Amino acid sequence: MTEIDAIDAKLLRALARDATQSAGALGRRLGLSQPATWRRIRRLEEAGVIRGRQLRLDAEKLGFGVTVFLGVKLALRGRVSLEDFERAVTAIPEVQTVEHVLGLFDYRLRVVARDIPDFERVLRRRIMTLPGAGEVEANVLLSEERLPGPL
Amino acid sequence: MLRYWQAEPSLTQGELAERAGMTTGRATRRIARMQELGVVQGVGAVIDWAALGYSVEVSLRITLDKTQGNAFDAFLAQARKVPEVIEVQTFLGRVDVRLSIIARDMAHYQQVYRSQILALPHISEIEALMHVARIKTSKGLPL
Repeated sequence: MTEIDAIDAKLLRALARDATQSAGALGRRLGLSQPATWRRIRRLEEAGVIRGRQLRLDAEKLGFGVTVFLGVKLALRGRVSLEDFERAVTAIPEVQTVEHVLGLFDYRLRVVARDIPDFERVLRRRIMTLPGAGEVEANVLLSEERLPGPL
Repeated sequence: MLRYWQAEPSLTQGELAERAGMTTGRATRRIARMQELGVVQGVGAVIDWAALGYSVEVSLRITLDKTQGNAFDAFLAQARKVPEVIEVQTFLGRVDVRLSIIARDMAHYQQVYRSQILALPHISEIEALMHVARIKTSKGLPL
């Protein structure tokens, strides 16, 4: 586990919002020199605290009007079928994220589609036909907000 | 361009132009236009909470008591104030709201759950999904 101080926390918060800011500009706001800021960012990256960068796009403006979260329960259990399911589900382009969970479902999927008929097509042709897929519950996303978390 | 950028968000505008086979000037103008239109919202760092010692992640699926007129707003306003809540989503379906919660360990989770989550207003039902592993994380669009 990586220990961070208050300045690291502020840096992380700022970078989570906008990762394109230069070390110089960030440093000026936090009262650090450019090299000191750069070293801190470097350290956070090397420790894996910053896992990467993500391009944020407006899905709706690009024609993807529907995001659905699917809870999937596997019908068949066993190691082989888990791997087969994971490989097959990961390959579906409309499936943005796959999480293995414990509880009511085995997997949680985030699926984007152009509209409801398009979602139905993905569900019927791609999801329902996955190896081992059993019960599926769908919830249509209405709004979403990411919070800074305990920083 | 968005396809390349999505796959490698750290690319500079120059590198992006090269991949897409256009001049840097043209690429820069296109990016500026997509930012103006709000198609491109920005590039953000992804924080790995586990690396910071938050090893537990739980998804709470919550049904609200909709007989209360302001249930959604009152619930969301309070939920945003809990520092361990990192994501809030609202849904049309069997579940009304989902909260992503992180905690240092199970004891910490239990404490957050009991003292902060159960204290949120207008909850009628809660189901918890405990996060085991991320199999696919690219939130890229199938462009």
